Amino acid sequence: MNYNWHWKILLEAEPGGTGSYLHYLIVGLGWTLATALAAWVVALTLGVIIGTLRTTSRRWVVHLGNLYVEIFRNIPLIVQMFLWFFVVPELLPQAIGDWIKQMPPPWGSYVPAVMCLAIFTSVRVAEQVRAGINSLPRGQRMAGTAMGLTEFQTYRYVILPQSFRIILPPLTSEFMNIIKNSSVALTIGLLELTGRARAMQEFSFRVFEAFATATVIYLLTNLVVVIGMRWLERRVRVPGLIGGQAMQAGH
Amino acid sequence: MQGFDFDVIERSLGYLFLDGMRFTLTLTAIAMVGGIVFGTLLAMMRLSAVRAISVIGGAYVNLMRSVPLVLVIFWFFFLVPYIGGWITGASRPIQVGAFLSAVITFTMFEAAYYCEIMRAGIQSIPRGQVWSGYALGLNYWQTMGFIVLPQAFRNMLPVLLTQTIILFQDTSLVYVISATDFLGAAAKVANRDYRLVEMYTFVAVVYFIISYSLSLLVKRLQDRIAIIR
Repeated sequence: MNYNWHWKILLEAEPGGTGSYLHYLIVGLGWTLATALAAWVVALTLGVIIGTLRTTSRRWVVHLGNLYVEIFRNIPLIVQMFLWFFVVPELLPQAIGDWIKQMPPPWGSYVPAVMCLAIFTSVRVAEQVRAGINSLPRGQRMAGTAMGLTEFQTYRYVILPQSFRIILPPLTSEFMNIIKNSSVALTIGLLELTGRARAMQEFSFRVFEAFATATVIYLLTNLVVVIGMRWLERRVRVPGLIGGQAMQAGH
Repeated sequence: MQGFDFDVIERSLGYLFLDGMRFTLTLTAIAMVGGIVFGTLLAMMRLSAVRAISVIGGAYVNLMRSVPLVLVIFWFFFLVPYIGGWITGASRPIQVGAFLSAVITFTMFEAAYYCEIMRAGIQSIPRGQVWSGYALGLNYWQTMGFIVLPQAFRNMLPVLLTQTIILFQDTSLVYVISATDFLGAAAKVANRDYRLVEMYTFVAVVYFIISYSLSLLVKRLQDRIAIIR
């Protein structure tokens, strides 16, 4: 029982005529990163806003934030992907829905995938932001109030600048998660790295060469992200704090 | 929202829950038990004083944690028949159903995540506990099995359960190998009757209710454990 490796397949032309299989996979990495980065920008913005609101003194805002977090945390990512792709266009006014459905590929999959990943990740960012803010000594907030700052000013000048530097390490792992999670977009037809590895397997029947190459590309991407983030973490670390994160379940 | 067809859900309830949800829950349960056992062994490997063992454990965990679950599902879907053929000495890859393939995938994959939780749990136990175990004449396995692991497990129970809720949600990804889990069953009905909006909304609601109720239970458990300590 042996598998005959045939690594030269990577240099052979893929049937779409765009170049070699290796090139085909690397373009896939491009789509993975394009999806992950676009979603990350939205996720970070939304997550920071919602995470911060959940620590304020307005009860109804806190409840609204909690509702948002619970909804998007308790539905599987692939189901959310289907909701954005199949359900949302049907619920919108018909003109907008039709316009979304008629977007040319790959944008018809790309836009829902980005929306889905952005919202899904924003919940996790919001949790990290809230934890970061709550980890600050209570005296910081009180000192802000004692100085006569409004609640908004206290957040703007005292709390947020400190908590951003604290939550950077957990945000690193969220960024790696969004890269990995973007592979779920293959279920709505986005040909990112994993999707292209599967397509290559179907065209060429070289199963393990395709998946092994994709795995190596993911590992290298992770390595680059880790190195970049370590550098950033060193730059912004708060002197005097140990840092580190609490044990959490997650992917 | 005109024309929301509740009837299609009602008609397929039996298929959705008796076939689909049973697959999902069985897979979750087996992968949880298998993943925690294998994950605990991995954690012990990573904490081993023998460097070779800790490097192997670390490499496995980091590999699993760096690749997307979807890719891991594909890997095992094609790999398991080959390994099966190799073990049984067959000349061709053996036939393995989607269920067995999924069970192996999720056990192996989740073990990496359970490992990190158990490792944190073991490291949270004071060293004196281990020393007193050895001082009583217990060997490594006895110290681990009777003293360290029960405490680590108890401390980490809420996190282990939260990870299991994530596992429960992640099993829906077996859709990519066309397995009939809860989502897969719903997708088949949705495509047959062309009722995608109804079916996927219903799936989302059911997953939400189950996951949210479980997370409330975990929260209550967490509070209870916190009071006892």
